[in-house]
Amino acid sequence: MSLQTLTYLVVGASFALYIGIAVWSRAKNTRDFYVAGKGVSPLANGMATAADWMSAASFISMAGIIAFQGYDGSVYLMGWTGGYVLLALFLAPYLRKFGKFTVPEFIAERYYSKTARVVAVICLIFVSFTYVAGQMRGVGIVFSRFLEVEVTMGLVIGMGIVFIYAVLGGMKGITYTQVAQYCVLIFAYTVPAVFIALQITDNPIPQLAFGADISGSNVSLLDKLNEIVVDLGFSQYTNGTKSTIDIFCITLALMVGTAGLPHVLVRFFTVPKVRDARLSAGYALMFIAILYTTAPAVGAMARYNLLTTVQPGEIGSVDGNLKFAERPEWFNTWQATGLISFDDKNGDGRVQYYNDANPEFEKLANSYGWRGNELEVDRDIIVLANPEIAQLPDWIIALVAAGGIAAALSTAAGLLLVISAAISHDLIKGIVAPDISEKNELLAGRIAAAVAIMVAGYLGFDPPGWVAQVVAFAFGLAAASLFPAILLGIFDKRANKEGAIAGMLVGLVFTYAYIEFFKGLFLKWAGAPWGENTVEHWFLGISPEGIGVVGMLLNFSVAFVVSRLTPAPGADIQAMVENIRVPRAE
Amino acid sequence: MLAGCMLVWFVVSYGFGILLVDPMNSIRIGGFGLGFWFAQQGSIYVFVCLIFFYAWRMNKLDRQYNVDEQ
Repeated sequence: MSLQTLTYLVVGASFALYIGIAVWSRAKNTRDFYVAGKGVSPLANGMATAADWMSAASFISMAGIIAFQGYDGSVYLMGWTGGYVLLALFLAPYLRKFGKFTVPEFIAERYYSKTARVVAVICLIFVSFTYVAGQMRGVGIVFSRFLEVEVTMGLVIGMGIVFIYAVLGGMKGITYTQVAQYCVLIFAYTVPAVFIALQITDNPIPQLAFGADISGSNVSLLDKLNEIVVDLGFSQYTNGTKSTIDIFCITLALMVGTAGLPHVLVRFFTVPKVRDARLSAGYALMFIAILYTTAPAVGAMARYNLLTTVQPGEIGSVDGNLKFAERPEWFNTWQATGLISFDDKNGDGRVQYYNDANPEFEKLANSYGWRGNELEVDRDIIVLANPEIAQLPDWIIALVAAGGIAAALSTAAGLLLVISAAISHDLIKGIVAPDISEKNELLAGRIAAAVAIMVAGYLGFDPPGWVAQVVAFAFGLAAASLFPAILLGIFDKRANKEGAIAGMLVGLVFTYAYIEFFKGLFLKWAGAPWGENTVEHWFLGISPEGIGVVGMLLNFSVAFVVSRLTPAPGADIQAMVENIRVPRAE
Repeated sequence: MLAGCMLVWFVVSYGFGILLVDPMNSIRIGGFGLGFWFAQQGSIYVFVCLIFFYAWRMNKLDRQYNVDEQ
């Protein structure tokens, strides 16, 4: 059976499973549509949260970024897992106690204000759209590779599938489908990692193989990798190139963003009890950690495999590099998607891959007769191409495709639901037309989801960065806008509507403007001479990925000061805040 | 209790993984520098333990002060 047929089969089977579950538990009324009747066990909820949470960014993109950035990639690992700790400790149990459907609803009630609710909806839409745009690009990459079409075509197909998937199901469908998706994606992620770990180090556990010796030698994988990358003019794998302050800020922005992400928060509205909400976050992180501790191992091994494939012989020797005519099959198939490109600059028919931005190494390279780096590899393909590069059997490659699609779909669907809930529930029912019927509310939600997919697809055509970077922007926005309002809402009785509104607006506008300025998020104007995205232009040397931290600090200070200068919230609100902190219902 | 958890959280990620990564890297376990290991593996394991510990401890406290859900 050919690889393509096999892929169709595996992906088809996994889809049949999800759709089966979705149809079987199709949402009947609005309560089910948003929060699954609040009757999901902590273990299942943890698994679903993990699937929801681990998006295309985690599955497809993260290991690729780590592979190319080495230590600098740690920000994604620590940021996205550490945020869970914040979530579990500061937010999840209290939000559950509050017992509302959506984040803007919480904001509206706590800050007794429709304006606050609208501002929260706006923040939420910015965050979710940025996030979905990253996912759509991931979906596009997976479909383009396995249907062997251009990325653009893959994206269009992906949009169609996400649409059917999210609009029919609603949350209840999605909770149980996501349990299935988690199983598919974690299996798809770890199986190839185990095989590759065995190949390279003889140790089947990727987390251990990561620090083990390369088989048949007594040099460890990481030492060997450091040696190879340095020999090719790159910086050491285990040392970063980013400044400490930038690493610090990006990690913090991702952590806080995690705890402010509307589609993750909404999960904690769905467990029946406060103690379940606490436990749920623990299970979720445990399930997430299985992938997150495998990812850096995958990254290191993928980088090693890629380099030894392109550079099988000694660096600088005449026959040290891969002959283009003898390139492996995966090279060919990925070239068709436009995500790998080769340009034989020195016309020797061989592939030279090295860091030509390193002036010192450039001299050496010139003496070898190399005329610039000839190979461009899109970082987002590393995980998908990894089993092919390692020459694993076809069924594993097909499995990885199914996993990648599961990851991208589950998150995209979760986010679309949040967008549609924000528009139908918060905006239309909450403000524009309070007496709307349940049926029309549901319809409005579905239309909103459809529009959201279109916009997200459009953004996905020309993303401002790799999937994981785009997603990092979404986290920065969440950190700077929603997180402070929620946190102060729970822990600061004195926080009032004026403070919350001012804080959210300042945080959102500042962070969005900074990202837009350097990266062209929605308007795509980056690259203008006054907005070059380099460290000299950055505020305090903080990159657009990390700027959410500054936005968050601004938000906190503005909210705090404005709250103190304006009237305190009423006694009923203050009593409510007290009450949120006590698990038992009255 | 919350402060203790946050301290551990901060030390393993920002402390060992970022600020002290270079001195920590001079200590090696297996093929890893310890700082690098904390940044890419260790901090994640600690996070998982932290949340479970918090859930267990808070639920116990809730019962002790008689504010748990019935």
